[in-house]
Amino acid sequence: MTDPDPGISRHAVDLAEAEGLSIEPVTQWDLFSKRLRRHKFAMISTFFLIFLVTVVLAAPAMQNAGWIDDPTKNLFDDNERIMRNIPPRASSENVFYKKVIDGREVLLEASPTALIMGTDTLGRSVFTRVIYGGRASLIVGLVAGFLVASLGTIVGSLAGFYPGGVDQSLMRFTDLVLGLPLLPVAIVVGRILPEIEFLPAFIRQGPFGIAMLLGLLSWGGLARIVRAEFLSLREKEFVEAARAAGAGDSRIVFRHILPNAMSPIIVQTTLVVGAAIVIEAALSFLGFGVKPPTPTWGAMVSQGGRQAVRGFWWEMVFSGTALVSTVLAINFLGDGLRDALDPTQTIERK
Amino acid sequence: MTEPLVIIEDLVMQFPVRGGVLQREVATVNAVAGVDLTINRGETVGLVGESGCGKTTLGRMLVRLLEPTSGKIIFAGTDITHLKGRELKPFRRRAQIVFQDPYSSLDPRAQVGNSISEGLRLHGVNDADERRQRVIEMLELVGLEGSHASRYPHEFSGGQRQRIGLARALILKPDFIVADEPVSALDVSVQAQVLNLLKELQSELELTLLFVAHNLAVVEHVSDKVAVMYLGQIVEITKRENLYSDPLHPYTEALLSAIPIPDPDRPRHRTILQGEVPSPINPPSGCYFHPRCPIAQTGICDTERPELLPAEHDESHLAACHLRTGRHRNLDPRNFAPIEPATED
Repeated sequence: MTDPDPGISRHAVDLAEAEGLSIEPVTQWDLFSKRLRRHKFAMISTFFLIFLVTVVLAAPAMQNAGWIDDPTKNLFDDNERIMRNIPPRASSENVFYKKVIDGREVLLEASPTALIMGTDTLGRSVFTRVIYGGRASLIVGLVAGFLVASLGTIVGSLAGFYPGGVDQSLMRFTDLVLGLPLLPVAIVVGRILPEIEFLPAFIRQGPFGIAMLLGLLSWGGLARIVRAEFLSLREKEFVEAARAAGAGDSRIVFRHILPNAMSPIIVQTTLVVGAAIVIEAALSFLGFGVKPPTPTWGAMVSQGGRQAVRGFWWEMVFSGTALVSTVLAINFLGDGLRDALDPTQTIERK
Repeated sequence: MTEPLVIIEDLVMQFPVRGGVLQREVATVNAVAGVDLTINRGETVGLVGESGCGKTTLGRMLVRLLEPTSGKIIFAGTDITHLKGRELKPFRRRAQIVFQDPYSSLDPRAQVGNSISEGLRLHGVNDADERRQRVIEMLELVGLEGSHASRYPHEFSGGQRQRIGLARALILKPDFIVADEPVSALDVSVQAQVLNLLKELQSELELTLLFVAHNLAVVEHVSDKVAVMYLGQIVEITKRENLYSDPLHPYTEALLSAIPIPDPDRPRHRTILQGEVPSPINPPSGCYFHPRCPIAQTGICDTERPELLPAEHDESHLAACHLRTGRHRNLDPRNFAPIEPATED
C-alpha cells in the first residue's frame, strides 16, 4: 500500500547504528494493529467473533466426532419417549436418538453435550441448535453486509463523483429502493423465492437467498452516505492537487477519496450486518425466514419465546444471548476498525 | 528575460447558475470576463483583487484544473486551452499549483512523503528509492526534515503544511507555479517565512510565478509585475514600483489607500469605496467599476467598456480607465465636477 517508510534519513540511521541501536521502520499495519489493540471492546469482540466463526464452521465436524447432536433429530429417554422441554442439565445419561440402520430403527446414545442447554419443545438439543443456528445467522449477516458494502459504495461513489445525469438517475433509483418497505417485500419475495425455478438451489433454499434479498434491499442508506462524502471530498484541495499532479479519475477515487470515506462505510456496514441478523430473526419469528427444520437464532428466539411464557425459558435465553452478543460484537468491531484506520487518532488513547 | 512563458488571450470562465425543480440553467456567473495577460519566463506576477473577483478561477484555469469557457491559454508555445486527459500530462509536469488552505490541501490519510511523491510516480519515476531520495531532497529544500516524510498531515503546523504543499508542487521541477493565496491562511510571522522561502526558491530554481493574493503588501514583497483584478477583469497591470507609487486606476488607488500604515501620527487620506462589489451574474453596464468609482463620468463610464491601454508616459503601465488611459483621458475629470469621493482623516 505505501512505501515502507521513505522518511528515515540516511543520516539518522547511520547515527543510530553507530550507537549500536537499530531502527525498525513503523509500517501502516503496525500503527493499525496498535490502534486496534487499544480498543478493548473491539479486541474482545474480535476474539469472540473468531471463536464464533470457528465453532460454527466446525459444527458438522463436531457432530461427526460425537460432541454435538443432529440439530433436526429428537432426543428420547430410555422409555423411547420424546424428551420435550427438558431444562438444562450437565449429564446426558440415558439420552438417545433414533437412527435407521439396515431398515431397522435403533436407539443410539446422544452426545455428552445434549442437555447442557436443555431441549426445545420438539425434544431437540438446544446447544446443538444454537451452534447450527449461528451458521444461518452469520451467513445472513455477512452476505447481506458484503452486498450492502459493495453496492452502496459503487452506487454512492458514481453518483457523488459524476454529477448531473448519472447522479440524478442513480439517486432516484436509490430513493426507490429506500422507499420499499423492507419487511413486507422480504416476506413476499421470501415466499416466492423457493418457487423460482431458474435460480440455483442454494439461493432458493436456506439462508443465502434471504441474505441476498436483505442485502439488495438495504444498500440505499450507505449509497447516500457515500455520495455525500464524495461530494464534499471531491471539492477538497488535495483532490485538485492530485489532479494537477496528473492523476486520473480512478486514481483520485481509489487513492484519495475512498480512503477518506472509509469511516462511514465501515460503520454503516457493521450496522447493516447486525440489522440483517435481527431482520432475519424477525422474518423467522413471523414464519417467513429460513425454512425449518434448519435452525436459525431468530427462529429459536421466536419458538422459544412461546415456550418461555409457559416457563421453559432456556431455548429463548440461550439463542437470544447468542444473537445479541454477536450483533453487539460486530458493532464494537466496526467502531474499533473505524478508529484504527484513522491516522489522526492518537496511539495514546486510553 | 523577456521570453513569454504563458500568454492568455481574452480568457473567459462562466459558471452556470441552476435553479428550480428541474435544475435548469437560470443565469451565468462571469467569474473571469475576458482577461489578457502575458507572463514572461522567470518573472513573478502578482494578481490582486477583492474576494470573488475571479483571481482564484484565473489561477485554476492556468493550471487547467478548470477548462475555460472561451479564450486561449498558450503555455510555452502550445495551446493548452482545451486539452483533455492524457494530452494534458506533459503540461501537468511543467505547471503546478500551491493552494490557499494548508488544512485541506493535503490528503489526511496519506503520509506526506506519498503526497509529495505522487507527481513523480505519475510521471514515470518508478524506482521507489529514487522517489524517496527526491522526497527527502525536497523536504530539506523547503526547510523540513527528511524524516517528516512518514508522518501524517495532522502532525504539522499550518506553516509546515504550506511548505509541504510547496515541496509537492516543486518535485516535478516545473517551469510555472500558480501560488493561490499561499500565505493568507497563515499568521504574519509564518507568512514572512513562507514568502521568503518562495522568493529564494524562485531565484534558485528559475521559476515563473503567478502569485494570487488579496494582500497588497504581500504582493509587493514578491512580485515583479502586479495585475489588479476587479469583477473578472484586469483593470491595471504594471511593474511593481509603478503600481505602488503611481497607480492609475481609481480602484487601485482605493486598494492602496486601504493598506494600514503603522504610524498613528501620520495623516491618512483614505478613499472609501461605496457599496458592494456588483454581482458577476448581472454586471453593471460600461465600466464595471463605475457604480463605485469616485471619478466616474455619466455618459462615458456607464456606457462604454474601457480597454486595457498604456499610460501616456509608460508603455508598460496598462490600465482600463476611460479617464486615465482611454480616449477621454484629456478630459480632466476635475473640470467635470466628479462625484465627491468619500474621504476620512
